[in-house]
Amino acid sequence: MSTAWPLWEVFVRSRRGLSHTHVGSLHAPDAELALRNARDVYTRRQEGVSLWVVPSSEIVASDPGERDAFFDPADDKVYRHPTFYDVPEGVEHL
Amino acid sequence: MSFDDLLADDGRVEPRDEMPDAYRRTLIRQIAQHAHSEIIGMQPEGNWISRAPSLRRKAILMAKVQDEAGHGLYLYAAAETLGVERADLLDQLHTGRQKYSSIFNYPTLSWADVGAIGWLVDGAAIVNQVPLCRCSYGPYARAMVRVCKEESFHQRQGFEILHTLAHGTPEQHAMAQDAVDRYWWPSLMMFGPPDDSSPNSAQSMAWGIKRFSNDDLRRRFVDMTVPQAEILGLTLPDPDIRWSEERGHYDFGPIDFTELGEVIAGNGPCNRDRMAHRVGAHEAGAWVRDAATAYEAKRAARAEGAA
Amino acid sequence: MTSFDYVLALADDALVSAQRMGWWISRAPELEEDLALANIGLDQLGQARSLLSYAGVVEGAGRSEDDLAYLRDDRDFRNVWLVERPQTDFGVAMARLLILSAYQGELYAALARGTDPTLAAIAAKAVKEVAYHRDHARLWTLRLGDGTDESHARMQAALEGEWPHVEELFAPVEGAVVDPSTLRAATLARIESVVHEATLSVPDVAPAIGGGRRGLHTEHLGHLLADMQHLHRSHPGATW
Repeated sequence: MSTAWPLWEVFVRSRRGLSHTHVGSLHAPDAELALRNARDVYTRRQEGVSLWVVPSSEIVASDPGERDAFFDPADDKVYRHPTFYDVPEGVEHL
Repeated sequence: MSFDDLLADDGRVEPRDEMPDAYRRTLIRQIAQHAHSEIIGMQPEGNWISRAPSLRRKAILMAKVQDEAGHGLYLYAAAETLGVERADLLDQLHTGRQKYSSIFNYPTLSWADVGAIGWLVDGAAIVNQVPLCRCSYGPYARAMVRVCKEESFHQRQGFEILHTLAHGTPEQHAMAQDAVDRYWWPSLMMFGPPDDSSPNSAQSMAWGIKRFSNDDLRRRFVDMTVPQAEILGLTLPDPDIRWSEERGHYDFGPIDFTELGEVIAGNGPCNRDRMAHRVGAHEAGAWVRDAATAYEAKRAARAEGAA
Repeated sequence: MTSFDYVLALADDALVSAQRMGWWISRAPELEEDLALANIGLDQLGQARSLLSYAGVVEGAGRSEDDLAYLRDDRDFRNVWLVERPQTDFGVAMARLLILSAYQGELYAALARGTDPTLAAIAAKAVKEVAYHRDHARLWTLRLGDGTDESHARMQAALEGEWPHVEELFAPVEGAVVDPSTLRAATLARIESVVHEATLSVPDVAPAIGGGRRGLHTEHLGHLLADMQHLHRSHPGATW
C-alpha cells in the first residue's frame, strides 16, 4: 500500500483577540492526528491558544493568472479610504 | 507582474506564480537538501541523548534534536509548495539521489562534540540561513524565519556546553579542545567551495535565492567565531588566524577541500551509518503509516455508509 | 509521611520511561511522530526531575536530582518492570504508553488532591501532560488495532507482551501517599475500553513476578543505566 499521508494546512490563534493565522503545513493520516501533530509541531514554544487544521486539497485559491482582474479594479476606489475626504480644521471625533 | 519584474523589484515569488523551470528545480534541490540535512542532523546529536551527563542537559538535547525534526518538516513543506511530495524527496534521499550536508557524516565521539556542533555547526548554519530569510521564494523565506528564530537557542546551548567544559576539570577541557579541533575545518567547509570554483552561485544570486557568496559568508563566520573562542579559552586549530588591520577581517589558513570531496563522495566516517539509520527507521515505520491510512479509509467508508 | 522510596518509585518510572522514549527521536514512523514522541519524553523527563529533586528533600541527605539519577545502581532503582524493558517497536511503545499513561493519569489526579503539598503541585502539572499522553496512546492504539491485518496482529502481540507487567503498577509501596491498589480499577477500565474500541482483546496472561519497587529488576535495567550513567560517573564531581 504505502500511500503517503495527505497534507494539512495549520492555522494558529496566537492569543485571544487575534484571528487564526496560517503558520505552515504538515502530513497526517486523518483530522484527529493532524490536530495533534499541529500542536506538537507548531505550538512547542507557547505560540498558540487555538488551532485549526484544514486539508490542503480543500483550499480554494485565486488564480495568479487572474490577479489583474481580481485585484486591480480596487486600485482606483480611493473613496473607500477615510483619508480621501477633506475635513475642516477643528472637527474632532470624525 | 512577470517573474523578472518581481525579482528586479526585490519582490517575493509565491507558489502558484509562473516561474522558470530552472528556478523551480534549483529551489527544490536546495530546499530538499536543506531539509535532508536537518533530519540526518538529528543523528549525531541524538547519539548523546541517552548519555547526556546531567538531566538538564538531557532535556535541552532532546528539545534540540526535536527542533531539528521540526525544521526538516517546515522545509519539506516549503518544497512541497513547488509541486513535489515529501515522500518522493525522502525516497531520493534514501536512494542517494539527493544529498545532505556533509558535516553530519562526522561522528560525535565525545559529549563535547555536542557542544561543538551547537557552537560551530549551528553557528555556521545560522550565518548561512539568516540571508535565506530574505530569499526570493516566499515559502522558503518564511520557513527560514521560523528556523532561525528557533536556531538561536541551539548555538547558545552549544557555547554553554563548551564554556562549562573549558572551565571544568583538565579532562573536560581536553575533551572540549579535541572537539573544536575536529569540528573547526569541517565547519568552514559548510559554506561550500571557494567563489572561484562555485559554478551555480552566480545564477542563484541573480535569482535572489542566494544573497552573499560562499567566501563572504565564511569570512563573516570566522570574524564572529574567533573572539568567541578566546572567551571560551579554547584555541582554533589554525596557526594562520590573525587579525588583519588592513582588511578589517581575520585572516585564516588555506582550506584543504580534498577531504570534503571524499566525504561528499560517500567515504566519510559515517555516511553509511547515517543512511542505514534513516532508511531503517523509515522502513520500520511503514506498517504504522499504512495502518493509519487504512484506519482512515475505514472511517471514511463508514461515514459514507451512514450518510 | 511520604517516604523516600515512594517518591523514588514515581520518579524512576518517569525517568526510565523518558530514557526509553529518547531512543525514538530520529526513529519514529514519520517526522510528525518524532516531534510527538519527543514531547512526551520531555514531559516524562520533567516529571522525573521534579520528583527526584523532591526525593532528595525527603531523604534529607543533600542529594540532587543528578546524584539520584546517575549515582545509584540498579538495585536502588524503584521503577516497575513495565518501563525498563526495551521498546524498539512502535506498537510496543504505544501499548506501553497506553498502560503507563492510564495509570499515571489516575495516580497524578489522586496525588493532586492528596495530603503532600509538594507532590500535589508536581502532580497538578503532570496530570495535564499525561492526559495528552493518554490521548496519543489511544489514537494510535485505535489506528494500529483497527488498521491493517498486520498492524492488528502486531498491536495484539505488543499488548500480550506488556500485559504481564500491568499488575506490578498496583503493588504496595511503603509510605505511599496514594495506595497503588486504589488506582487499579479505574486504570484497567480505561485501558480495556480503548483495547475493545481498537478491536483488540484484553490479554489473558499471568502477571510477571515483578519486584521493581523492591529494587529487583530485569537484566535490561543494568544496561540502560550503564548507558545513561557512564559519562557522568567517568568524571566524579565534575560540573556539566
